Amino acid sequence: MPRAEFWQGNKAIAMGGIDAGCRFFGGYPITPSTEIAEVMAEELPKYGGSFIQMEDEIGGIAATIGGSIAGRKAMTGTSGPGFSLKQELLGYAYIAEIPLVCVDVQRGGPSTGLPTKVSQGDVMQARWGTHGDHATIAFAPSSVQECYDLAVKAFNFSERFRQPVLIMADEVIGHMRERIVVPDVSSLEIVNRKKPSVPYADFIPYLADPEDDVPPMAAFGDGYHWHVTGLTSNDWGFPTNSTPEIDKKITRILRKVDRFREDVVEYKTEGCEDADVLVVSYGCVARSALRAVRELRSRGVKVGHFRPVTLWPFPDIELEKIVADFGIKRVIIPELNMGQMFLEIDRAIHGKAEAISKTLLNGELFKPAQIIKYIEEVA
Amino acid sequence: MPREDVMKWLRTQFMPHIWCPGCGHGIIMHAILRALSSLGKNQDEVVISSGIGCSSRMPGYIDACTLHTAHGRSLAFATGVKLSNPKLTVIDVMGDGDCSAIGGNHFIHACRRNIGVCAIVMNNNIYGMTGGQASPTTPEGAFASTAPYGAVDPAFDICKLAIGAGATFVARATIAQPQMCESLIKKGIDHDGFAVIEIMTHCHTQFGRKNKRSKPMDNFNYFKDGSVLKAKADAMPPEELRGKIVIGELHRADGVEYTDRYQSVIEKARG
Repeated sequence: MPRAEFWQGNKAIAMGGIDAGCRFFGGYPITPSTEIAEVMAEELPKYGGSFIQMEDEIGGIAATIGGSIAGRKAMTGTSGPGFSLKQELLGYAYIAEIPLVCVDVQRGGPSTGLPTKVSQGDVMQARWGTHGDHATIAFAPSSVQECYDLAVKAFNFSERFRQPVLIMADEVIGHMRERIVVPDVSSLEIVNRKKPSVPYADFIPYLADPEDDVPPMAAFGDGYHWHVTGLTSNDWGFPTNSTPEIDKKITRILRKVDRFREDVVEYKTEGCEDADVLVVSYGCVARSALRAVRELRSRGVKVGHFRPVTLWPFPDIELEKIVADFGIKRVIIPELNMGQMFLEIDRAIHGKAEAISKTLLNGELFKPAQIIKYIEEVA
Repeated sequence: MPREDVMKWLRTQFMPHIWCPGCGHGIIMHAILRALSSLGKNQDEVVISSGIGCSSRMPGYIDACTLHTAHGRSLAFATGVKLSNPKLTVIDVMGDGDCSAIGGNHFIHACRRNIGVCAIVMNNNIYGMTGGQASPTTPEGAFASTAPYGAVDPAFDICKLAIGAGATFVARATIAQPQMCESLIKKGIDHDGFAVIEIMTHCHTQFGRKNKRSKPMDNFNYFKDGSVLKAKADAMPPEELRGKIVIGELHRADGVEYTDRYQSVIEKARG
């Protein structure tokens, strides 16, 4: 039976992960994400899972990758400075194709910055933080309910595509408490990684299925022994310097997500059909923005709202279509950073509307009144 | 040629290996494979984790569940593997830079946790793969490409570090004692807790070239002549021991293995 709870966003992320099948968490304490680790430490052993507090952030994701290779669904969680440290081994998991979920509850930066105050300063780091090219899947929850729902989705996509999936929460969403309806676990759609169906003699560890470009994955201990490396490798998982083999590997790990972009991309709209002005916002900012949009619409102002739920892949084609189809003239993008997604949005709409960046970096939230003012300036 | 039961553990299809002719790492790999074979281990249940460097290329050549991780991080990966599936036999092979520089924090905490991993540290006193830079085990005064006037910092004693941090089995051998390497590795794998086996090896190409040990045999003889068994060393005055390499089983302590302790957490949580 579904049940109502009054949970914090961080708890909802942890519980959503567990309900999706997470049975391993490797982490390190850091504000404002620590509650995820605390909930995991208490809850995971009840499910026969394992929690380990590692000696540092890199150790946290290293243990998480090890846990995943040995067959568990695995998660790590952190905030700004820790997310910088995780970049090293996020890259490892992308190239070695190891499923995991990494949560970043964003706080102000750079460096130690504002440990207890909100920001959206890591959204480009989510896309480009680790060196080298890779496909990124990153969700931005905007409510406690979504923290739970997107944790389930994050695990499903990480298992399906065999790669890390990021949950880019923020301090406000992570610490906010509100009503959430927790579904019956048996009603959840759960995806598990493909296992090899061939006998060991025919097993080629990184030979991908042509229909989805994802190789089946055997856990260590499953009766298949194979090699995992962070070096660019061939189908046998062995390091290669052969140009065709390098091309094959790198293009495949990008293509395996690109091909199924429509399955991944998610966004929500409100009042776009008759809008002259569109507000695009995500995460906690969308809460203030939606209130502003609803209030102005009730006064007859033609304003709509577009919220990317996946920051990466960004719903660029979808946003451009909405702007073009409904003749939107101006797009306002309020963000708790210096306009990181503004650049992406400006690129996406190809000059079909004027893109206006509004930024806030002092650790405060946009108030609805402030966003109303931004809309009234151009409406 | 190695014995047939040892050949079974080799991925000959991935050879030739990257090591220089005369490198000591092959002696260590052979000892590991003899140990695994004589313990009757199953390739599907043996995980060999490594970091980055010459020594860390070893798992690629071993036909088991092998995990070539990032520089310094192998023990943290291995910790996750062991905790995720405690039934697996987990061995971690590292170089001196991996273990005591970039991975130093992971190393001391793996010792402290007493997790059931057998860590084999191949100490050749240098960063070989990158061209001979000083490592934390380069002896003070020895030459390296980043220590052109001799290493300024004092060297780490990896075994003392492991004992201090709480490892429950600590041993040392050199590549001049291949049989002892094998028997210590067997004990380390069988040990129910965190085992550290430091094996002194050489990089004649990088360390030897700058430190008057440029031929493989110079190094072999250096280790053979410089090694002292622990029992004998215990009776020797410190001044006589200076510059010697104390070999054998150095330390054993009681302690419950980490994943066993975590199992009791699961039982407690489930009431």
